[in-house]
Amino acid sequence: MEIEEVAAHHPDKIHKVAVDPDAGLTDAQSDEIARKIGVPDASIAQARTFMQGLYRAFVECDASLAEINPLIVTGKGDVLALDAKLNFDANALFRHPDIVAMRDLDEEDPAEVEASKYDLSYISLGGNIGCLVNGAGLAMATMDTIKLFGAEPANFLDVGGGATAQKVTEAFKLMLKNPAVKGILVNIFGGIMRCDTIAEGVIAAAKEVKLSVPLVVRMKGTNEELGRKALQDSGLPIISADNMADAAKKIVAAVIGKQGRPA
Amino acid sequence: MSILIDRNTKVMTQGITGKTGAFHTRLCRDYANGKACFVAGVNPSKAGENFEGIPIYGTVREAKQQTGATVSVIYVPPPFAASAIDEAVDAELDLVICITEGVPVRDMIATRNRMRGKKTILVGPNCPGVITPDEIKIGIMPGHIHKKGRIGVVSRSGTLTYEAVGQLMDLGLGQSTCVGIGGDPVNGLKHVDVMRLFNDDPETDAVIMVGEIGGDDEETCARWIKAYMKKPVVGFIAGVTAPPGKRMGHAGAIISGGKGTATEKLAVMEECGIKVTRNPAEMASLLKSVL
Repeated sequence: MEIEEVAAHHPDKIHKVAVDPDAGLTDAQSDEIARKIGVPDASIAQARTFMQGLYRAFVECDASLAEINPLIVTGKGDVLALDAKLNFDANALFRHPDIVAMRDLDEEDPAEVEASKYDLSYISLGGNIGCLVNGAGLAMATMDTIKLFGAEPANFLDVGGGATAQKVTEAFKLMLKNPAVKGILVNIFGGIMRCDTIAEGVIAAAKEVKLSVPLVVRMKGTNEELGRKALQDSGLPIISADNMADAAKKIVAAVIGKQGRPA
Repeated sequence: MSILIDRNTKVMTQGITGKTGAFHTRLCRDYANGKACFVAGVNPSKAGENFEGIPIYGTVREAKQQTGATVSVIYVPPPFAASAIDEAVDAELDLVICITEGVPVRDMIATRNRMRGKKTILVGPNCPGVITPDEIKIGIMPGHIHKKGRIGVVSRSGTLTYEAVGQLMDLGLGQSTCVGIGGDPVNGLKHVDVMRLFNDDPETDAVIMVGEIGGDDEETCARWIKAYMKKPVVGFIAGVTAPPGKRMGHAGAIISGGKGTATEKLAVMEECGIKVTRNPAEMASLLKSVL
């Protein structure tokens, strides 16, 4: 069964138990869950072993999700998992080389795998405007702004708080591997990292990849005037923007040839 | 008055000798009253030495006893960050700000569990830190983009906080305190905790609340605001376009089981009477409109 559907249509069938990390999943809690999900009395003890084992596996493997679906009770009363899914906390993988060894890169998005090599956080999306941003929150906000002005983002891409010229270049290459990308929006808040440094990175990247799609750059923060001047002086057809909304409007106009408007 | 920190706060840096800790301790020391504020470093293997004149102690407890520091900022690597928080909590510091990104959730659950009943307030992990402009900055935010004023800012995101501050500055509005609570699912102060502090702070007139997908922190805060907040609050939630089930950079930024969407959060905030914008370029102008 689809757990999301159950949660949406029969929220009463979702049972939640808060586990005290010091005590772990207690006998009483296990039995309560077993009864609530309809395990017959004769199998309650087995279900307890099962669920406490599942809890231990969840904790010891640093899992973020452990899903047994479906769980069955056989005619003889045995409690069995017919299928299972585990997700792991990526931040804890350093202590689980055995789990890392099971990683199958063929099952993952090649662009996302490539991005992780350069310490870039990248997620493929369905639209045609690539975006390159520093910081996860600002990256999401930039995607949202593109949508607000009538287009769809091609990706989420966070180059990190301390973006370097090399990272920016790799990020450009990555975005342009996606044939759907018809324009790129760069949105950088230069704090500790100065805008003129970022601008040099953008110029170097645009030259290296022989950029052939419209590029709108919005930079704010330290040395923003110097950064803007560097972009202007580069001789590249880079469109400068004053703020996030202006940047989104301009890239949407360049790609779908109309003035973007908030929905 | 500001919240959490001011010019008289005494700070120690845990992880002062690492690359990030050294770099940012320098910038913090050079900001406003920083020279008087950043009084100690902690590194068990370098006790007795100093970092550019800032004495290094072997333990948090010793640094507190010797210098009177009651606040710590943590830059130690992720595998050791939670135990660094534990040490600061055991030494009964008032406030711990953990900048480190990538702390395992299981470690944070254990640490939060240990913190129950203790006096220490935690901000972060995976956060830019806290700044009271023109007085003190503790963390990795660019100090010079801020100026003293009467607007509070609370956010789960670093650069989006700077964005909000940049917009406020364009409108001539300074900030009382800016708090980055961090992008991790298990952390210290939540939006609602910071909102309470702003509500009680006579030097804060209004608050910008910046949230993102994942969890129900913003909803909890919105309901509290409806019941208790005496000052105007405006909000923005990042991630309307985020696909479900994908972690958007921050460990806590994930729509799971259909819960934690930006649309849902915005709806609850609006129901609670908070003015929200779907255009992140308008955070500050919206704030100005409610003053």
